[in-house]
Amino acid sequence: MTVTGNDDAIDGTLRRVLGDVLGLSPAHTATITPDTGLFGTLPELDSMAVAGLLTEIEDRLNIVIDDDEVDGELLENYGNLLAFVTAKRVAG
Amino acid sequence: MTLEWPCPSPDRCGATEYAFGYRTGRAACVLIVPALFEEMNRTRRMLVETIRALDTHGIDAMLPDLPGCNESLADFSAQSLDSWRVAMARAAAHFGTTHVLALRGGALVAPDLPGWALEPAKGAGLLRQLLRARTIAAREAGREERLEDLLALGRSEGLELAGYRCGAALIAGLEAGLPAPHLAPMTLSEIGGAALWLRSEPGEDAAQSAALAARLAAEIGA
Repeated sequence: MTVTGNDDAIDGTLRRVLGDVLGLSPAHTATITPDTGLFGTLPELDSMAVAGLLTEIEDRLNIVIDDDEVDGELLENYGNLLAFVTAKRVAG
Repeated sequence: MTLEWPCPSPDRCGATEYAFGYRTGRAACVLIVPALFEEMNRTRRMLVETIRALDTHGIDAMLPDLPGCNESLADFSAQSLDSWRVAMARAAAHFGTTHVLALRGGALVAPDLPGWALEPAKGAGLLRQLLRARTIAAREAGREERLEDLLALGRSEGLELAGYRCGAALIAGLEAGLPAPHLAPMTLSEIGGAALWLRSEPGEDAAQSAALAARLAAEIGA
């Protein structure tokens, strides 16, 4: 799947990856807001699931996330993750 | 049904391993090589449903345990991509399989039979994901572990990753491992449904398994 640098496309891809990892329907992922909590809020997002999530985001958006960049703040909520990934795409 | 197959290995001389599937003597039999690590557990239902769907197309299929995984009593830390490749080749010979379907990392250890790799994964990508899970868990526990340090330890002594005691040979194999080039790559978009190997809680999708079985049946010509 080719994704442009368009913010809406990044948002859509990110929601689809979250849907795949969490087993959520598109209707459910559409209700995710910037304030929706992730790591630490959703019990199913354990370290293995987060590792899978980040690796899949890298593959689908063709970015590289350094391990130094993965901290509690990045994964605290959807808004932080989206802002981070969008900045990566623009920089890349 | 569950069948046994002989799989002598250095740590369990003369041992047998289990396989799930149907071997009823029909002309076509697909050896299914599972995904590796956590992805194996997440996709077991998917593959079992695919075997049942293949049965309705008149095709036998067998899903053997990789030694050290699932019901196997073999020591996981003694395994490597080579030991799994040898085991899958033994299973293929024992059951007389004609084709192979490898899922994700299964493509790293698939035997030399014609077939397909569904969303094949490189070993380096799987290893990176395991290492990342470990560093995230460590950080959560207030410890800092550096990926490069872990990798160096893994290469020399082996490493516990996401609950798997990986030997040094397995780490080395993953670093270099590439999907078997003789398998035709197949993407999930050709089959439909979501990537169940990503799912944090194992799920299943009967329509996806039926579509995968129908695709294999069409290619086999059964």
